[in-house]
Amino acid sequence: MTRPQKTKKKILPRVAMPEQPALERACNFEEVTLGYTAELARQEAMRCLQCKRPLCRDGCPVEIDIKAFIGCLQEDDLDGAHAVIRDYNSLPAVCGRVCPQESQCEGKCVLSAKGEPVAIGRLERYVADAFAARQEADDPCTALTGAPVCASDKPLRVACVGGGPAGLSCAGHLAAQGARVTVFEALHEVGGVLVYGIPGFRLPKDVVRREVEAMRGLGVVFRTNWVGGCTFELSELFDQGFDAVFIGVGAGLPRFLNVPGENLLGVFSANEYLTRVNLGRANAFPAYDTPPPPTGRVVVVGGGNVAMDAARTALRLGAEKVTILYRRTEAEMPARVEEVHHAKAEGVEIHCLCSPVSFNGDQGQHLVSVSAQLMELGEPDESGRCRPVCLEGQVTEIPADTAIIAVGTQPNPVLLRATPDLPLNRWGYIEADPETGETALPNVFAGGDIVTGAATVISAMGAGRRAAKAILERFGS
Amino acid sequence: MYKIVKKRLLIPGQTSMLQIHAPQIAAKARPGNFVMLRVHEQGERIPLTIADADPEGETITLVFLVVGKTTAHLNTLEQGDEIADVCGPLGRPTEIERKGTVVCVGGGTGVAAMHHIAKGHHRAGNRVIAIVGARSQDLLLFCDELESFCPEVRIATDDGSRGHQGFVTEVLQQLIDDGEDIAEVVAVGPVPMMRAVAGVTKPHGIKTTVSLNSIMVDGIGMCGACRCSVGGETRFACVDGPEFDGHEVDFDELWGRLGQFREQEAQSMELFHQCRCGGDQ
Repeated sequence: MTRPQKTKKKILPRVAMPEQPALERACNFEEVTLGYTAELARQEAMRCLQCKRPLCRDGCPVEIDIKAFIGCLQEDDLDGAHAVIRDYNSLPAVCGRVCPQESQCEGKCVLSAKGEPVAIGRLERYVADAFAARQEADDPCTALTGAPVCASDKPLRVACVGGGPAGLSCAGHLAAQGARVTVFEALHEVGGVLVYGIPGFRLPKDVVRREVEAMRGLGVVFRTNWVGGCTFELSELFDQGFDAVFIGVGAGLPRFLNVPGENLLGVFSANEYLTRVNLGRANAFPAYDTPPPPTGRVVVVGGGNVAMDAARTALRLGAEKVTILYRRTEAEMPARVEEVHHAKAEGVEIHCLCSPVSFNGDQGQHLVSVSAQLMELGEPDESGRCRPVCLEGQVTEIPADTAIIAVGTQPNPVLLRATPDLPLNRWGYIEADPETGETALPNVFAGGDIVTGAATVISAMGAGRRAAKAILERFGS
Repeated sequence: MYKIVKKRLLIPGQTSMLQIHAPQIAAKARPGNFVMLRVHEQGERIPLTIADADPEGETITLVFLVVGKTTAHLNTLEQGDEIADVCGPLGRPTEIERKGTVVCVGGGTGVAAMHHIAKGHHRAGNRVIAIVGARSQDLLLFCDELESFCPEVRIATDDGSRGHQGFVTEVLQQLIDDGEDIAEVVAVGPVPMMRAVAGVTKPHGIKTTVSLNSIMVDGIGMCGACRCSVGGETRFACVDGPEFDGHEVDFDELWGRLGQFREQEAQSMELFHQCRCGGDQ
């Protein structure tokens, strides 16, 4: 940093986004970050250099023309900015909040080499929120297409199985082109991980509902409580007249550590912990009936976004102390940088280089402590990250009333078992063409976590969008 | 919304039967399947085993015991009322094949689900002997329905008001001692009953299937709340079950996990009663 810099133009620091104070927000479920005002958004947009050959777009899984939308903002053209984004992304208010921008668009921004990248995610969120705030409540169509009247119905009928990011993205793109789309959702609420997984303080449920309503306005039909492989079989959809099917059912089944004591009372999968609160509104118990998980001293295992979400949810439910155990170091954590930063600011402790070897209970089968093996980093493994190696004999015991396991998921067997002719890859996920999402079954497409394993909201949306394009091409629309 | 087509009080104030209009579920439901149900917008999702399904009439039948707020609320609904969400049919259906004599043991409300399984075995050509248990005669369920197709329905009541005085396990033991050639025993009911049945059959090596009534949040394999140990391995009752080999299930663990939210359940129930008393005044 002592080297003299050759920059001709001084790069301004990026505009901070207002947020609730850490200690205040750790006690409520309101959104943590408050979003840019029009003035802050303009200031931040002005930092964009409008590169001749922008790299940011290469980092975007749905290839938003980022330069163009920020260019519009530089000229105070909100409608123009929104028109650019909606050509690529059906859920911009969601993506602006939950994408790992630092490893995508912002990671590629040229400014990041010299200082801080343009806050592309925050600008995307601003455009989506500001545009929605201006729309008439009864005009959802405009929000998605910019046109007050939806495109006319074409004969193409598509079924999206799963109402999460992949299915919604696929449905949104198809409907915008006039296809008749039905989304089959297994739970009672549409949104998949956006409603059961990601907490409201990071992604308010109204934002998801707004985007879903916009799709309803485009003529998308949503059927809740329809479980693919249980309530209906894939083949029946074709019998009902659907021309193509998109499978976006998510990964789902939580992984456990397979160590002793994992079924003790007080040990939860992150999915259960988060679903109770996000889908079941257990934080509002007893006004809502779903009982909340216990609090006390909480230990969370894992280093991804789900671990951060669980830890911060525990704080908000009133936990005395929340500790995250992660087997590598903070540098290797897969969570978004902002989530780690927020978690720490709110009082979550992070213990790196340690991994549970047993959960210990009392006579009533209640968890009382977690024994964790201390580790050090060894040689890099096939993922390129350094492999954690056990430090012989160094095991520490952490008192705990609640433990939350957030170490990933595996394929949900429900639809796959009912569709034995659908070829799977060696990890048990659906085999699909990476470009089009097409599976080995004719006119059956798939995308998102059920193809790639647990990944991000935006990569699932990218897959949904690519499949939508492929379906439109196939059926000549 | 799912309309209640018919309601019948089986044991007033305690156990009711609902026929619910759910054409898709009725068309697919097989013995052993369950549904996830949410009574209203603020409600909790709970699993209930399907007691019967009528694809032509487009209805499913659910039988429930009032144990907590959700079932108490459900019991206030009448014919014509609607339930917010019913999702299914979930879980692996019972493995039914022609195998000879199958003894179906049911206790308490579990008799309803057992009845659906027994019917499946009967239709597959098996000779079904039903053993039904309850504390006393007026708490017996589904005996008439079972008698309509089972060549033998044996009854056990704690007070001896009907049938054998004692437990269903004693009736089962008697059958075994009498030399009955039993291909499989199916047990659905309270955990202590299922555990005891598995204990009776194990020394004789009789295949025993039990249906677990674990706590579930989603019921479709997402949360792992229903996990149980079967043969030393963790399985999910919702997608791997709900039926498992009774000789391999860790019933102590299951019993503990069923009580995990007892305090909150009691709190919910008390508030519900207060509200209802307040409302009636």
